[in-house]
Amino acid sequence: MRGHLALRCSRLSFALCLYLGGVAVASAAEEEPVLSIGGSLTEIVFGLDQAHRLVARDSTSTWPAEAEALPDVGYMRALSPEGVLSVDPGLIIAEEGSGPQETIDILEAADVRFVIIPETYSASGIVDKIIAVGEALEVPDIAASYAARIEAELAVAQAQAAASAKASSAPKRVLFVLSTRGGRVMAGGENTAAEGIIAMAGGVNAARDFQGYKLMSDEAITVAAPDVILMMARDGAHAGDDELFSIPAIASTPAGRDRNVIRIPGLLLLGFGPRTPQAISTLSGALYGDG
Amino acid sequence: MSAVVATVIDRRAGARRMHVWLGLILAVVSVISLTSGASGTSLAAVVGKLLSGTELSQMEQVVLWDIRAPRLILGILVGMALAVSGAVMQGLFRNPLADPGLVGVGAGAGLGAVLAIVLGGMLPVVLQDWVGNWLVPLAAFVGAWSSTMILYRVSTRRGRTSVATMLLAGIALGALAAAITGVMIYLSDDRQLRDLTFWGLGSLAGATWAKVMVAGPLIVLALAGSHFLSRGLNGLALGEATAHHLGINVQALKNGAILSVAAASGAAVAVSGGIGFVGIVVPHLLRLATGPDHRTLLPNAALLGATLLLLADIMARTVVAPAELPIGIVTAVIGSPVFLWILLRRRGLVDL
Repeated sequence: MRGHLALRCSRLSFALCLYLGGVAVASAAEEEPVLSIGGSLTEIVFGLDQAHRLVARDSTSTWPAEAEALPDVGYMRALSPEGVLSVDPGLIIAEEGSGPQETIDILEAADVRFVIIPETYSASGIVDKIIAVGEALEVPDIAASYAARIEAELAVAQAQAAASAKASSAPKRVLFVLSTRGGRVMAGGENTAAEGIIAMAGGVNAARDFQGYKLMSDEAITVAAPDVILMMARDGAHAGDDELFSIPAIASTPAGRDRNVIRIPGLLLLGFGPRTPQAISTLSGALYGDG
Repeated sequence: MSAVVATVIDRRAGARRMHVWLGLILAVVSVISLTSGASGTSLAAVVGKLLSGTELSQMEQVVLWDIRAPRLILGILVGMALAVSGAVMQGLFRNPLADPGLVGVGAGAGLGAVLAIVLGGMLPVVLQDWVGNWLVPLAAFVGAWSSTMILYRVSTRRGRTSVATMLLAGIALGALAAAITGVMIYLSDDRQLRDLTFWGLGSLAGATWAKVMVAGPLIVLALAGSHFLSRGLNGLALGEATAHHLGINVQALKNGAILSVAAASGAAVAVSGGIGFVGIVVPHLLRLATGPDHRTLLPNAALLGATLLLLADIMARTVVAPAELPIGIVTAVIGSPVFLWILLRRRGLVDL
């Protein structure tokens, strides 16, 4: 019985493959509906003027505001196969690390094109990302000119940031603080998006000697001696300054003495997408006071 | 005397009728589970197409055959495993709050999964390619099984297993596992941290036929085996000494109970992550409804456990569609008020 069923299924899918193959050849120019997984990828799709093809997004895609009107298929690491299929995408572009693998396997079985876009926390990484998205969307020409534009913007922003860093007495030491729950400071160490953006904006990551986002001990924060605290802006976050600077370890640093804190929306700051030039200028301006 | 016998028989007949009812409900819920989901595919349309000989679209085929069907089977298996394991543990420990967690299944599986998620990347590439996606479920199962075996060793002296020692050692081992898990959480990066959290909340979203094929036989075998424990568990309710004098081989009973629980709930946790409350709520509801006789309680628990888990899964995948809630959240949200209600209704349980 089961063998019979399997046979029927495979025959069926063979016929379907032929059918779909024919369709794909006949209408290569027709635009597939796109599901974008990852905040920066959604921004790139909008930047490439392909937003009309988007049918859904993941929960990290919160910019631009139009993106938030799209159905949300959930968190990029915990995608549900049926939820993804229900929005009927012809193409899925996903940031590195999207999953789980079981979901991706099923999507591939359903003949949905699944393209993983690599992520590097650098200017060239952003350009590569735009080119890769353009290729996946089959608009390489638009992507090439858009990537060139963003690359130029990045170069200008980085040059300005470097110039103002040079003009100041010394590059600012920046501590990226992810959270301060319960007075414990979770900071961004090496090989993080936070370190990437700090470096691009002409600052120095004050948190060294550890990888990723970790709890930092009070003494380590004192030794790191940041000039500025960098945080993600949330709704009504400015009320938190007193709380932040009441943490003894932070109060004892130069940043704490001068009450220097910069808050930038998380996706803008750490997204490494087309808005990164803006993030660099904003951060550099806030660091060196010439924005 | 005859009145007592009459109620016992009456209760047993009621519990037998319950088999039929629960079986029917499970069948209905299974159909609903196949029919509902984020995509528009409906079972009726597919059956209609099959009858009229029209080809199914590939979308319908994938949704029904590759997504909903394995998910349904896995949900039934996991629900059965958790509920029956809970009932067996409560019988063995003679404690209404017992669940598979008491013999270290949860802590061991959690530790295994966390180790796999955080340290999996350090394995040799050859090994990584070989185990692939199976690393986390495999590690969870090994963790569950080995922590249960360690507990069993610790609490067995001269061929006799002390249930009390097992309970206390279980707490100690749980604390140790939690500590090592804490170290791993500290070492993990933010992505792994998200994975850990989602694993702990459980989900049937990753259901595949391969998982059904691997976990299924183990769970079915363990459940079938646990059926032979029911007479012994009934005897054990009177106390170990009395059970012994009733001619029950108490040590064999304990061995059987621990092995079947470790296998069934270990396999369940490995494929679905941590799903709470099914193992506690289901046996309690059934004891209230049809009495504590394990011969009818265990099959009923299997049926009701499967039904509840399927219902929870249907909610998990439709409430926030096209996204999906972890199922552990749903079972806890439904399970904890029901559990509290049972406790408050039956003060006697609290005063134990």
